[in-house]
Amino acid sequence: MAEMQEKEGKKGKKQKQKKHPTRVDLTPMVDLGFLLITFFMLTTSMLKPQTMEISVPSKDKVQEDEVNKVKASQAMTILLGKDNTLYYFFGNGENGLPPVLINTDYSSEGVRTVLMTKNYDVMKQVEQLKKDKADKKVNEEDYKTRLSEYRASKNAPVVMIKAADDSNYKNLVDILDEMNICNIGRYAIVDITPEDLALMAKTTTAAK
Amino acid sequence: MPKVKVPRKTTNVDMTAMCDVAFLLLTFFMLTSNFVAKEPIVVAVPSSISEFKIQERDILTVLIDKEGKVFIGLDAQNDRREVLDSVGKAYSISFTEKELNEYSKIGMMGVPIERMQAFLALKQEERDSKESALGIPTDSLNNQFKVWIRKARKVNSNLRLAIKADSQTPYKVIKDVMATLVEIKENRYNLITSLEKDPNQ
Repeated sequence: MAEMQEKEGKKGKKQKQKKHPTRVDLTPMVDLGFLLITFFMLTTSMLKPQTMEISVPSKDKVQEDEVNKVKASQAMTILLGKDNTLYYFFGNGENGLPPVLINTDYSSEGVRTVLMTKNYDVMKQVEQLKKDKADKKVNEEDYKTRLSEYRASKNAPVVMIKAADDSNYKNLVDILDEMNICNIGRYAIVDITPEDLALMAKTTTAAK
Repeated sequence: MPKVKVPRKTTNVDMTAMCDVAFLLLTFFMLTSNFVAKEPIVVAVPSSISEFKIQERDILTVLIDKEGKVFIGLDAQNDRREVLDSVGKAYSISFTEKELNEYSKIGMMGVPIERMQAFLALKQEERDSKESALGIPTDSLNNQFKVWIRKARKVNSNLRLAIKADSQTPYKVIKDVMATLVEIKENRYNLITSLEKDPNQ
């Protein structure tokens, strides 16, 4: 590099001003560049975390909800117990008989199948809607409004989620996730009652 | 014996192109990234199919670890001073200018307010120790968590709450936190999860 220019300088007879090589060795600069890249790559997070949005009704609103209780045919209660146990029952236990708990699990064959069967009509509608969207028959905005419409339809099931104190956070998120997967628009996280706990304990011992 | 001369090839490579690439990447990383806030504890968040992203700014993160210790962190540095000041007033503790400045540098903390002054007096390296990660009291008798959230909301009304809890956190802790939030009429918040594939797709 530098030699080439020197040669050129010797050719001319005139006393030329000494030419400085215009090329600079860029290796240290590259080193620096990559060092900084590494630093930025390690200290930064590229993506924002995924989140689940939930809105909880305030206390006075809950009481109002309790007044217009859900129809027994739509109601479903999911109980989350310790060690990842999961029970559910249909109805709201208003006919005096204690509800019969059914044991299931968090897998896709477990609670998801139950919810999907229960919510079959809505699932079908949503599936159709998704297909329409893929075929560009409905636009994004329409899709959103109709999706929430289907999810909140009058005949859709209403799910009450009751978590025991010894269940863990993952269980709760899993169940909320299932609500999204199964397109259940109406669900609530409700405090567990002592009766539910007793029922759960009884069912557990009976199973053993 | 005449030596056979091996033609010497220059080892110098033109670095300009490489330099260009390096700085291009550097610029890209600088512009697209936001710094990871340091968290006093490591939590493994559960996964969900939700792809909802939280807003960019004005986030109050509530970090809950396996044992149920609660930490909070504000992302806006300017708000931190004000929040600490007003929380201090609520407990009749007045913080000096230096302490407020110190606090505005801390991303996330979980110290009861009565120990805050001692905590702020510590050196930066000492703050990460296990003893400093006590958690903010959330029990009903001494619910400092509630005060923090309420004051933070007063300082910045656009604040969005994000709960980041460990998968193994007992539900009881989550319930307490949620109940507190309902009490102060914080009805919408986000649960931070990691992404999982949607089985329907």
